[in-house]
Amino acid sequence: MSNTKTLRLLGASREFLIPLVALVVLMAIWEVTVRVFAIPEYLLPAPSRIFQDTAAMGPALGEHTLATLRTVLFGFLLSIAVSFPLAVLISSSRLAADAIYPLLVLTQSVPKVAIAPILVVVLGPNELPRVIVTFLVAFFPLVISMTTGLLAVPPELVELARSCRASKLQELLRVRLPYSIPFVFSGLKSAIALSVVGAVVGEFVAAERGLGYLITSATAFFKVPVAFGAMLILALLGIVLFQLIVVAERVFFPWAAAEQRR
Amino acid sequence: MIEISGAGQVFGSVGNGGVRALDGIDLTIRDREIVTLVGPSGCGKSTLLRLVSGLVPPTEGSIAINGERVSAPRQDTGIVFQAPTLLPWATIMENVMFPSTIMGRADDTARRRAKDLLAVAGIADFADHRPRQLSGGMQQRAAICRALVHDPDILLMDEPFGALDALTREIMTIELLRIWANAPKTIIFVTHSIPEAVILADRVVVMSPRPGRIAEIIDVDLPRPRDFAMSGHPEFQRCAGRIRELIFGEQGTHFDVEH
Repeated sequence: MSNTKTLRLLGASREFLIPLVALVVLMAIWEVTVRVFAIPEYLLPAPSRIFQDTAAMGPALGEHTLATLRTVLFGFLLSIAVSFPLAVLISSSRLAADAIYPLLVLTQSVPKVAIAPILVVVLGPNELPRVIVTFLVAFFPLVISMTTGLLAVPPELVELARSCRASKLQELLRVRLPYSIPFVFSGLKSAIALSVVGAVVGEFVAAERGLGYLITSATAFFKVPVAFGAMLILALLGIVLFQLIVVAERVFFPWAAAEQRR
Repeated sequence: MIEISGAGQVFGSVGNGGVRALDGIDLTIRDREIVTLVGPSGCGKSTLLRLVSGLVPPTEGSIAINGERVSAPRQDTGIVFQAPTLLPWATIMENVMFPSTIMGRADDTARRRAKDLLAVAGIADFADHRPRQLSGGMQQRAAICRALVHDPDILLMDEPFGALDALTREIMTIELLRIWANAPKTIIFVTHSIPEAVILADRVVVMSPRPGRIAEIIDVDLPRPRDFAMSGHPEFQRCAGRIRELIFGEQGTHFDVEH
């Protein structure tokens, strides 16, 4: 093994090692503090207790996680499905932009937590209101960054397409859309993180499964360690989903990822 | 043949903050002729090129190519901009193929032609690279290949070497002449470099600004093939000197303002 290779390996392991060590040290301090000062478990449970109680739930934990994951993904996909045509509309005409922007801002000004109970009454106590809340929380940054990307195309590229007699559709598909991909991905990253938030908000209001439901029901019975466990799983879920998007960008659009790192 | 008759271009409306960029341009360009447009900034040389390309319709007068009035971009013209304007996500090959792809003619013939053009331009080895991996000069070569891929009769070039360093610029000018000698086309070439304008041209159209008008058309009677060693030639001196006079006035001939 060459010297530079060893160094690079060291560098890579440092990237993971240092945060990991920091986390372990933090956990240790937390554990010790709780034990030494005998802090009651309903105020601050020790990490060992959180792990123990959460693991004790067994397969039910997996069901809750899957339920939340479903809501997150449906809401996220709905955000993409709605944002895409909206962004194309907004970027294609001044009139559409003037008509749609105020409505967008309106949906963002209403607190989503306030809409959630209304949606449950209107749409019934099922998956749909949770997906809609997730969508409402997540889609806004996606529309904005997609629109920004479509409008950020340099005028020379548009002129090039026009000089080759490209139709409006060809201009969109061959120039504007590919150009907006780095922007779309930065929007997707915000949207996936917000989707997790949205799904939990939806579950707080009406659900019989899911990690958000687990948190409300566990705290209602002072099972604080389980609530902490659910919270940590949510954090993990968010990190994994976010990283999946980062990886997807690097794999499918390496030039776009390079563009952003520049 | 390109016939420009009484062409004028006003941006905005006259007398209402509008700007008259071009006024009463009459110019006829023969097939396979190289015409360079030279003049100070604001003389409307790029605007005139855009009118011929069909990207911008003239507000006055008309442009006709082979007797047909130009109202939109045509298949028999190719255009090279000042910046390479390559698609960053596409390979050099895909970029060169872009016009053919858009026109729905990305067949084997076009691909073979693209390969040949890349070979002529000396960037065949970079066909699968992305634009960012190439130098500015190489990117501009790719842009010229792209303008030629659908075998247009007319090549419109808007200061194509303006962003390159002086040495690369001379090399590219000579290479353009070489490509032209192999497959002669009508070329309209916008530049603000006087030596470049003279070396390339059969005729140099000198323009004056505000509003853009043709000041004079100069016939360049230099033998072909040409190279920059000819800049000592009396005919070169005569043409370059006359262009300087037209652009800077009589006293301008004593200043070495631009190369």
